[in-house]
Amino acid sequence: MSGTFARVLRYIRPYAVPEASAYLCMLGMAGTGLVVPRLVGQVVDRGVIGGDQAFLLRGVLVVLFLSMLRGLMVFGQGRLSEAVAQGVAYDLRNELYAKLQRLSFSYYDQAETGQLLARATSDVEMVQRIAGRGLLMLLNATITALGTAIILCAVNLPLAAFSLASMPALVWVAQRYARQMRPLSVAAQNQLARLTGRLEQNLKGLAVVRGFAQEEREIERFERENALLYEANLKTVRLSARRGPQLDLLAQWPVVLVIGFGGYLVIRGLLTVGELVAFNAYLLNLVQPLRRLGWLVSTLSVSLAGAERVFEILDLPEEVQDAPDAISLPQLRGDVAFENVSFAYVRHAPPVLENVSFFVPAGSIVAIVGPTGSGKSTIINLLMRFYDPTAGRVLIDGYDLRRVKVESLRRQIGIVLQESVLFAGTIWENIAFGRPDATDEEILAAARLAAVDEFARALPQGYHTPIGEKGVMLSGGQRQRVAIARAILKNPAILILDDATSSVDAETEQLIQAALWQLMRGRTSFVIAQRMSTVRRADLVLVLERGRLVGMGTHEELLASCGLYADIFYGQLLPEAQPAREPAGEPRWVS
Amino acid sequence: MGFMSAGLQGGPHSLLRGYGEHERQGFNWWALLSVAQFVLPYRRMLALAVALMLVAAAAQLAGPYVIKVAIDGFIAQHDVRGLIGASLALLAIFAGGAYASAGQALLTGRLGQAVLRDLRSRLFAHMQRLPMAYYDRADSGRLISHMVSDVSVINELLTSGIVALSGDLIILLGIIGIMLAMSARLALLSFMVIPVMILLTAWFSHAAARMYRRTRQKVGVMIGRLAEDLATVRVIRAFAKEGEASGHFEHTNRENRDANIAAISLAFAFRPAVDLLAAIASLIVIWFGGRFAAAGAVSVGTVVAFLSYVSRFFAPIQELSQLFTTVQSAAAGAERILGLLQTPVTIADAPRAVPLEGLQGEVELRDVWFSYAQDKPALRGVSFHVAPGEKVAIVGPTGAGKSTIAKLLLRYYDVDEGQVLIDGRDVREVTLQSLRRQVGVVPQEPFLFAATIRDNIRFGRPEASDEEVREAARLARADAFIERLPHGYDTWVQEGAVNLSLGQRQLLCLARAILCRPKLVILDEATSSVDTQTERLIQEALRVLLQGRTAIVIAHRLATVREVDRIIVLDRGRIVEEGTHAELLRRPGVYRRLYEAQMASAAAAG
Repeated sequence: MSGTFARVLRYIRPYAVPEASAYLCMLGMAGTGLVVPRLVGQVVDRGVIGGDQAFLLRGVLVVLFLSMLRGLMVFGQGRLSEAVAQGVAYDLRNELYAKLQRLSFSYYDQAETGQLLARATSDVEMVQRIAGRGLLMLLNATITALGTAIILCAVNLPLAAFSLASMPALVWVAQRYARQMRPLSVAAQNQLARLTGRLEQNLKGLAVVRGFAQEEREIERFERENALLYEANLKTVRLSARRGPQLDLLAQWPVVLVIGFGGYLVIRGLLTVGELVAFNAYLLNLVQPLRRLGWLVSTLSVSLAGAERVFEILDLPEEVQDAPDAISLPQLRGDVAFENVSFAYVRHAPPVLENVSFFVPAGSIVAIVGPTGSGKSTIINLLMRFYDPTAGRVLIDGYDLRRVKVESLRRQIGIVLQESVLFAGTIWENIAFGRPDATDEEILAAARLAAVDEFARALPQGYHTPIGEKGVMLSGGQRQRVAIARAILKNPAILILDDATSSVDAETEQLIQAALWQLMRGRTSFVIAQRMSTVRRADLVLVLERGRLVGMGTHEELLASCGLYADIFYGQLLPEAQPAREPAGEPRWVS
Repeated sequence: MGFMSAGLQGGPHSLLRGYGEHERQGFNWWALLSVAQFVLPYRRMLALAVALMLVAAAAQLAGPYVIKVAIDGFIAQHDVRGLIGASLALLAIFAGGAYASAGQALLTGRLGQAVLRDLRSRLFAHMQRLPMAYYDRADSGRLISHMVSDVSVINELLTSGIVALSGDLIILLGIIGIMLAMSARLALLSFMVIPVMILLTAWFSHAAARMYRRTRQKVGVMIGRLAEDLATVRVIRAFAKEGEASGHFEHTNRENRDANIAAISLAFAFRPAVDLLAAIASLIVIWFGGRFAAAGAVSVGTVVAFLSYVSRFFAPIQELSQLFTTVQSAAAGAERILGLLQTPVTIADAPRAVPLEGLQGEVELRDVWFSYAQDKPALRGVSFHVAPGEKVAIVGPTGAGKSTIAKLLLRYYDVDEGQVLIDGRDVREVTLQSLRRQVGVVPQEPFLFAATIRDNIRFGRPEASDEEVREAARLARADAFIERLPHGYDTWVQEGAVNLSLGQRQLLCLARAILCRPKLVILDEATSSVDTQTERLIQEALRVLLQGRTAIVIAHRLATVREVDRIIVLDRGRIVEEGTHAELLRRPGVYRRLYEAQMASAAAAG
C-alpha cells in the first residue's frame, strides 16, 4: 500500500511547481479561514458592543480584504491542484495506452475490453483523485481542524475541551459511514450494469425474442433485475437516512454546549459575548473539515486500490519485445521456416502446437488445413510474431524472428482475414492505412484490383464516404474487399489470408476470389484453406491435427498418403458423392 | 441483410453516444407533467415527505433564533435557568431537525427509486411491443440512455428538486420574514446582495452546464477511441501502426484533460465569488448593525442572529438556481421518455384477433406490396402459395427482397397492400403470440443470449425439460461439442457468444428451433463460412429440422436448393421465375445466371 502511494507521488513529481503553489494557496486559504471569524468576533465586541466606530470601519475593511484574498487562494489551489491531477491522469493514460499496444496478445486472449476500459477510466480517475484534491484536502482538513482547535483552546480552554470532546466521534462516524456506503453503492452500480446488460441483450436479440414470442418472459426477467436494482438503491438511501442524523447531531451538539456552558461562563464573567460568538463561528468551521476528513480517510484506501490495479497492468511483462540488439529486416524474399516449433498460450497448459517443422521457399502458396482448434491460426500468430514460440525457432529469410525488430517484420507481411477489421474513417483512409505515403493512383489501382471500385463509386461520397458507426455500414463482402485492397497496396513479401468469403452472393464471391488470387501472385502466401480449389492450386499443403503437423505435400501426394487429409477432402463434398469427377463444377457446397 | 438483424448497431460506441445529448434548451412543461403521473401512486409518501421537510425547515429557522434569545435574554440577564431551558430547547430543535430531514430523505429516496423502477419497467415493456420498423432507425445506445440517464434526471428532480423547491423556498422566505421582523432596516440592507447572487448563480449554472457537456463529450470521444483501438489492436499491430494510434489517443486524451481543467476552474471561480458575497453580506450586517447598535436601534443579539441568518440564506438561493437547471434537464429527459412511450404500437393484436390453433403450415402471399421507406418498395406484388409440408426456397440476388418475405411471414412488419395468409387466415387477424410460437425461425446471424447453453436452447419453450433439451441438441448434432465443454449444458455463453465458434452457434440455433417442434420453419441460410466438418453437421441438422414440415428457406447460396420441392426466384421485389432446380436450369433467366456465376467462381478458383 505504501509502495503504491510512493509510486503515485512519483507521478506528481513533474508537476512539483504547480503542486507546491497549490499547497501554498491552500495554506493561505486555511490561514485566512482561521483568522476571519476571530476578527469578526473582535469587531462585534469592540465595534458593535463597544461602539468603537473607528475600529468597526477598520475591522470591516480588513475582513473584506482578507475575504478577497481568500477567494483568490481558493481559486488558485483549486485550479492548480486540478491541473496537477489532470496532468497525472493524462500521463498515466498515455503510459497505459502505450503499454496496451505493447502487451502480448496472450493478455488480450484473457482480458475483456470492458475491464481494460475501466482501468483506463475509473481507476485512473481514482489516482487522479489522490493526486489532486485528495492530498490537498486531507492536508487542509487537518490543518484547519488543528488550527481551529488550538485557537478555541486559546480563547477558553475549559469551553474548548468541553465542546471538542465529541469531535473524534464525528470523524469516526463519518469514516464508518463512508466505509459502509462503499460496498452498497458498488452493489447498486453493479446491479445497474446488470440491468443495462439485460436490456442490451434484449435489444440485440430482439428479432429472436419476437420470433419465439418470448416478450412476456423477457419483461418478467427485466422486472426481476429492476426490482433488485430498486432494493440495492434503497439500501444506500436507508444507510444515509440512518447515519445522516447521527452526523448532524454530532456536529451540532457542540453548539448546544457552547451556548449552554459558554453562556454560563459569560454570566460568570469568564467569557465575553464576542468570544462566545467567535467560538460559535469557529465550531462551524471545524465541523465541515472533520466530516470531510472521515470521508477522505476511507476514500484514500479505495483510490489506492484503483492505483494498484493500474500499476498492475503497467507492470505486466511484455512478452514480445524487440531484443536490445534486434536488427531491422531488409527487403524480404519470403523464405519461411519453422524449426521444431512448440507453443502454448498459457504456461503449463497443453501446447497448441507441438514440434512443427516445415520450410517454404519464397513465392510459394501454402494452404493450411485442419479441423477447428488444430493450430492453424497459431501458425499465423507466430509468423506475425504476435507471440514467441515456447520452443523452436521461426525463421524468415534465415532470420530468427526473435532477433529482428517487430515493426520491420510486420511492415512486410500482409494479412486478410474473413472477419475484416476496418476502422472508423473513409474507405480511402482504410485502404491507405498500411501505407499513408501511397499516391492516389496507387490507391485507386489497389481498389480496382480488389473490386472495391464498383461499390465505392456508387456510394454517396464515393471513396470518401465514412464507414462504420457514423457512416455507411458495409456488408461483410465489401469489408473484405477493402481489406484486400489494403493488403495489395501494402505490397507485402509475405501474405496471410483466409480464403473464406462471408455473406456475399455468387457474383461478388467470384470477384473476391479473383482478387485474392491476384494478390497471392508472386508472394509467399499462407492460406487458411476452406475450399478445395485453394488446396488444389497450392504449392504446399500443411495438414494439422491437434497441434501436430500430420501431413505435408501437394494435394495429390496427400490424397494418397494422409488419411486425415483424404477425410477432410471427401468430407467436403459430402453428402452427394462423386467428388473427384466434378469437383470444380460444383458450387461451393460447404465451406 | 439477414431478416433477423434488428437494425441495431450496438457496441461501446453507441453507448457513448448518449453523452452530450441533453443539449436541447427550452422547457416542455407538458412532458414533465405527463411524467408526473408516475408519482401519483406515491402521493401519500410525497405528502409525508413534504411535511417532514417543513419540520426540518422550521428547525433550521428556529436554531439561530433560540441562540439570539439565549444571548440577548438569558445570558445578558444572567438567567441561568432560562439558559438551561434554551440549551435544552436548542438540543431538541437540532435533534428534531436532524431526524425530520433524515425521514424526509428516506421517503424521497424511496419515492424516487420507486418512480424510477416503474418508469424503467414501463419503458422496457413498451420496447417489447414497439414495431420492428422502429428499431430499423433507433440505435441501442440511445435506447439504453433512455433507460439510464433520462430516467435518472427525473429521479434527481424528484429527490433533490422537490426538497429544494419547497424546503429552500420556505427557509428562504422564513429567513427573510424573521430578519424583516427583527429589524426591517438592517434586513433590507443585507438583502442588497441577493440580486447579485441570483444573477451570478444563473450565469454560472448556464456556463457550468455547457462546460460539463463538453467534458462528457470529450471523455466520450476518448473512451470511444480507446475502445476502438482495443478492438482492433491486432490489426494496428499487424500494420505496425502503434505510433500513429498512440498519437491519436494522446490527442483525445489531451483534449479531455484540458476540458476538465477548464470546467473545474470555472467551479473554483464560482465558489470564492459566493464566499465573497457572503462576506460582504456579513460586513453589511456588522457595519450597519454596529452603527445601529451604537445608536441603540437594535440589540447585540439581533446583530449576532443576523450574522447567522445571512450566512444561511446563500445555500437556498444557490440550490434554487441550480434547481432551474435540474428542471430543465428533467424536462428534456421527460420529453425523450415520453417520445418513446408515445411511439405507437402499430403491430399488435387486432381487437378481435383469435389465437391460431393447430397450425397446418399452409402459407400464401397475395399480391403483397411492401416498402421499408417511402417510394422504395421492397416487394412489388408478390404472390405464391405453399402447401402444408412443402419446402420452398427463395433465391435471388442481394436486395431482391428475400429476407423481407420472412419478416412479413412472422409479422415483424405489416404489408402495405395485399395479404399474408397462414392456414388461410390473414396474419393480422390472429394473435401474434400464437403465430410466432408455432413458427420455427433460424436467423441468418446465429444470435445467442448471454445465458447458459441450456437456457439458450430452450429459449422458445422455457418449460422444456432437460431431457427434451438434450434430445433437441442431439437432433441438431450439437450434443457432441456441448458435452465436451467444461460445464456441458450449463456452460455460460458469453456476450456475443465469443466463446463459441460460428458453427457451434449455428448448431445451437438449430437446436433451439427444433425444440419448438414448429409446423412451419423459416430458415434464413447462414452465409458465413465454417469448417467442413461443422458444415456437414449443420446440413444434417437442417435435414432433421425440415423433415415433415413446411419450410421456407431463404437461400443465399444455391447449395440447399436441390433439397427443396420448389424454388421461387425473386428479383427487385418481384417473382421472376418459379420451378424446380432442374426446370429453372433449363431456361435462360435469373436463376441460371446466378447458378452459372457460382459455378464460374468455383471453376475459376479450382
